[in-house]
Amino acid sequence: MNWFSFIPATSFMPVPATKESGDVDNLYIFLLVSGLISFIILIGGMVIFIFKYRRKTEDQKSAYITHNTLAEFLWSFIPFVIMMVIFAWGWDVFHDLRKVGEKGDVEVHVTARQWAWTFKYANGIEINSPTGDKLEPNLPDSTLLKPETVVVPLGKTIRFVLTSDDVLHSFYVPAFRNKMDAVPGRRTTFTFTPIEKGDFTVFCTEYCGTKHSNMMATIRVVDSEQFAAWQAAEIGKKAGAADAGPAQRGEALFKGSLGCSGCHSIDGSRIVGPSFKGLYGNKRDFADGSSVVADDAYIKQSILVPTAKVVAGFPPAMSSFQGRIKEEEIKDIIEFIKTLK
Amino acid sequence: MAHDQHNYLNHQKGIWSWLTTLDHKRIGIMYFVAIMSFFFLGGVFALLVRAELFTPGKTLFSADVYNRMMTYHGAIMVFMVIVPGIPAIFGNFVLPIMIGAKDVAFPRLNLMSWYMLMIGAAITGSTLFMQNVDTGWTFYTPYSSIKTGLGVIPMVLGVFIIGFSSILTGLNFIVTTHKLRAPGMTMNRIPLMVWALYSTAILQVLATPVLAITLLLLIAEKTLGVGIFDPQLGGDPVLFQHFFWFYSHPAVYIMILPAMGVISELVATFSRKTIFGYTAIAYSSLAIAGVSFLVWGHHMFVSGQSEFAGILFSFITMLVGVPTAIKLFNWIATMYKGSIRMDSPMLFALGFMFLFTIGGLTGVYLASTGMDVHFHDTYFVVAHFHYVMVGGTLMALMGALIYWFPKVTGKLYNDTIGRISWVFIFSGFNVTFFPQFILGNMGMPRRYYDYLPTFTELNQMSTFGSWLIGTGFLVGLFGVILALLKGKEAGMNPFGGKTLEWTIPSPPPHENFEKTPVLTGGPYEYR
Ligand code: HEM
Ligand SMILES: [Cu+2]
Repeated sequence: MNWFSFIPATSFMPVPATKESGDVDNLYIFLLVSGLISFIILIGGMVIFIFKYRRKTEDQKSAYITHNTLAEFLWSFIPFVIMMVIFAWGWDVFHDLRKVGEKGDVEVHVTARQWAWTFKYANGIEINSPTGDKLEPNLPDSTLLKPETVVVPLGKTIRFVLTSDDVLHSFYVPAFRNKMDAVPGRRTTFTFTPIEKGDFTVFCTEYCGTKHSNMMATIRVVDSEQFAAWQAAEIGKKAGAADAGPAQRGEALFKGSLGCSGCHSIDGSRIVGPSFKGLYGNKRDFADGSSVVADDAYIKQSILVPTAKVVAGFPPAMSSFQGRIKEEEIKDIIEFIKTLK
Repeated sequence: MAHDQHNYLNHQKGIWSWLTTLDHKRIGIMYFVAIMSFFFLGGVFALLVRAELFTPGKTLFSADVYNRMMTYHGAIMVFMVIVPGIPAIFGNFVLPIMIGAKDVAFPRLNLMSWYMLMIGAAITGSTLFMQNVDTGWTFYTPYSSIKTGLGVIPMVLGVFIIGFSSILTGLNFIVTTHKLRAPGMTMNRIPLMVWALYSTAILQVLATPVLAITLLLLIAEKTLGVGIFDPQLGGDPVLFQHFFWFYSHPAVYIMILPAMGVISELVATFSRKTIFGYTAIAYSSLAIAGVSFLVWGHHMFVSGQSEFAGILFSFITMLVGVPTAIKLFNWIATMYKGSIRMDSPMLFALGFMFLFTIGGLTGVYLASTGMDVHFHDTYFVVAHFHYVMVGGTLMALMGALIYWFPKVTGKLYNDTIGRISWVFIFSGFNVTFFPQFILGNMGMPRRYYDYLPTFTELNQMSTFGSWLIGTGFLVGLFGVILALLKGKEAGMNPFGGKTLEWTIPSPPPHENFEKTPVLTGGPYEYR
C-alpha cells in the first residue's frame, strides 16, 4: 500500500518487496514532502529577501528589529511537532522491521565472514555466497563475484539469525528496506515477510576489509511449492556429492559452502590470498623468512591456524576454520588441491 | 599606509620569530598555513577516490589502495581540517580582538597547541610511508584491532595527540572568554562568533578526552591483547562504537558550531542589520552543545543495540534538530528589511544556508529509526554529512577567509575572484553530492571500491562534480596569492562591520588595541 503512489517519489528505490517495506516508503514520502515544504519556506524566503532588500544606495538604512516572540515561538514549536510525528512514525515502522522476539516460519542461520555469507537451513542445507565466478564476465575489470542464491517462500515470516566469525558485517537488502549488523560473539536477527517474487540482492554495508564491496548474496522469493522442490533438490545434491570422489567433494567445498574461492584462485592469479595452483608438493616462503614444502600437515595447519605460517607478500587476513570444518572435509580439500597442477 | 605602520606582521622579523611567537594573530596564520596544507592533501585523496569510482571495477587502483585512500581522505579531513579549521584559524585570530583583549589567556599554551597539531599530524602522516591504514576514519573494532596491520597504532596515536591540541585550544578559549572581556562587554554583548567558539570549546574540552581514552584502549588491545573489544577474549566489539560516537557525535558539532558563528557575523554585516534573535542564537549554541552528548546511539540503530535504545536515541536526536532549525530561521529573519550586499563572503554565507538546509533536513530522515535502517551506511549518509560538514563548514571557511582577509593582511581580496570560486564550489558541490542521495535510495552502500553497473551514471556525475569543486578551491587559492601580491589597501573597515575587530587598523597592531575599548551596547547595533 502506498498512498501518494502517483508521486514517483520512491522511484529510485528498488520495488518494495516485503510487507514492511511499503510502510517505510510511506514514511519516506512524508519526509520528502514535509522536507520539500520546509526547504521551500526557508530557501524561498532567503531568495525573496535577497532581491527585495538588496542594497541600492550606499547609505541605505535597514530596519531595527531585534526579535519577535510570537514568530520565534511558532518556528520552534511547529518544527518540534513535526519532528515528534516523524519520530513516532519512525518508531512504529522500526518496531515492525525488527519484530523482536517473534519466531519465523522459516529460520536460517547466517554467518558472515570476510568476504562471504553462509546460510544454514534447519534441515542441513547450506549455501555459501558468493561463488568463484565473476558477476559481470563481460566487464573485464569487475571484481564482483556472482552471488549464490538463497531461496525463501512467499508470504511467510522469515527469520535470519546473524552472527559473524571475524569482524563486523552488515546484512542489507535494499528491496526489503532492512538491514542488520552481523556481530562476532553476538546473535542479531533480520526478519521479513516477502510479498513479491523475484531475486533480491544482499549487500554488506559495514566496512569489513579489502573485498567489502563484493560480499553479496541473492535472496530468491518463490511460492511454497517451488520452495519445497528447491529444498528437495538441494538435499539430493548433497547426497549426490557424498557419493562423488574425495577430490570432487573437495572442489564443492572449495567453491561452495566453505567459500575458499573468494580469496584463493586455482588458476595462478592473485586475489586476496595466494593461488592454489601448483601448491601441493612445492616450496612456500613465509613472511618470517622460513619456508616449507606444502604437504598435508601444512595445508591442515593453514586451514585451522592460518596465522601460524603467513605466505610472504600476503596479509594475515584469513580467519580460522576451526570448528567449522570436519576432519574428512579437510582431507577432501587436500585431495582437491593435489589435482591443481 | 600599512607598511610604515607598526603592526603584528612587522613587529618582529624572521622565521624564528614566527615559530616562537606568542601572538594569537600569528598563531592563527600558522594554523592557516598548516591546515590548508592538510586540506590540500585530503583534497587530493578525495579526487583520487572519486576518480577510482568513475567506472565500476578497477579504474586506477586495486581495492587495497582504494581502501587506504578512502581512510586517509576521511581521517585527514575530519581530524586535521574540519575539526580544528575555523576555531584554530579564525578563532585564534579574531576571538581576542572581538572581546577587546590583547591576547588569549594562555599564549604559551596556544603555541603549544599548534605544535601538538603538527606533531600529531606528522605521526599520522608518517603511516602513509610506512604502514598504510585501511580501516576508514572510524577505526571500528574488531577490524582495526585484529584484522589489519600495525599502522593503526601510529595512526591513532597521531589522532590522540591532535585531540590534545583541540582540548588545549578549547580550554584557552573558555578562559579567555570568561576572563579577558573588555569593560562593559557582558556575556550578552559578545559577538555570536564568540558564543559559537565558546560552545565549541566546551565540547572540545568535555568530549575529546573520551576519544583519547578510546584510542588508548585500541592501542592496548592491539599491542597487549587485552580483551576489551575482541569477542574472542571476552570483549565487546560494539563497545568501541559507543565510545567512538560519544566523542564523534559532539565532534560533528565541534565542526559546525564555529561555522554557524561565522555565518551570524556575515549575515549581520552584509545585511547591515541587527541580528534577529541574538539570545536565541547564542543559547541555541549552548543547547546544541549540551544535547549533542546524548545522541551518539543514532549512529548505531542497526548495530545490535536494543530496540529501546534506538528509540530513545532517535527521540533525543529530534530534540537537537530544533535549535538547529531556530538558527536558520534567525539568519533568514535577519535579512528581512535589511540592506543586503552580495559580496563574495555573503555568497558563501547564502551557499552555507542552502546546503546546510539540505544537510539538516536529511538528518531528520536519518534520525527517524524506521527510515535510517534503509539509509544507514549507504551513500545517503555520505551525502548527508558532506552537505552539513563540507557544504556547511567549508562554505563558512571560505566566507570567513574572504571576510577577514583584509583585517589579517591589510589587503582586499578580489571580489570577482571570490565570486568565480563560489560558482565552482557551490555548483560542483551539488553535482558531486546530490546524486549520492539517489545512490543511497537505490541501495549503494558506502565505502565501496566496486559497484553494480546500475550505479554507474550517478557515480560519474559525482566524479565530474569533484573536479568542479577542486577547480573552485584552486581559484580561491589563486585569489589569496593575488591579493597578497597586488591587493588594494583595505582600510580599517571595508565591509561596514560593527564588531570590535573593525575598530582597529588592518593589519592590527601587535597588542590589538591602543586603548582598551569600553562597550556600551550589543555587537550589531545598526540603527
Ligand atoms: C549540525 C550539523 C551536522 C553535522 C556536522 C552532521 C554530521 C554528520 C556526520 C559526519 C555523520 C556521519 C558519521 C559517519 O558515519 O561517518 C552524520 C550522520 C548522522 N546524522 Fe548528522 N550532522 C548534522 C546534522 C544533523 C541533524 C540536524 C540530524 C538530525 C536531526 C542529524 C542526524 C544524523 C544521523 C541520525 C546520522 C547517522 C546516520 C547513519 O549512520 O545511519 N545530523 N552526521
Ligand atoms: Cu562485510
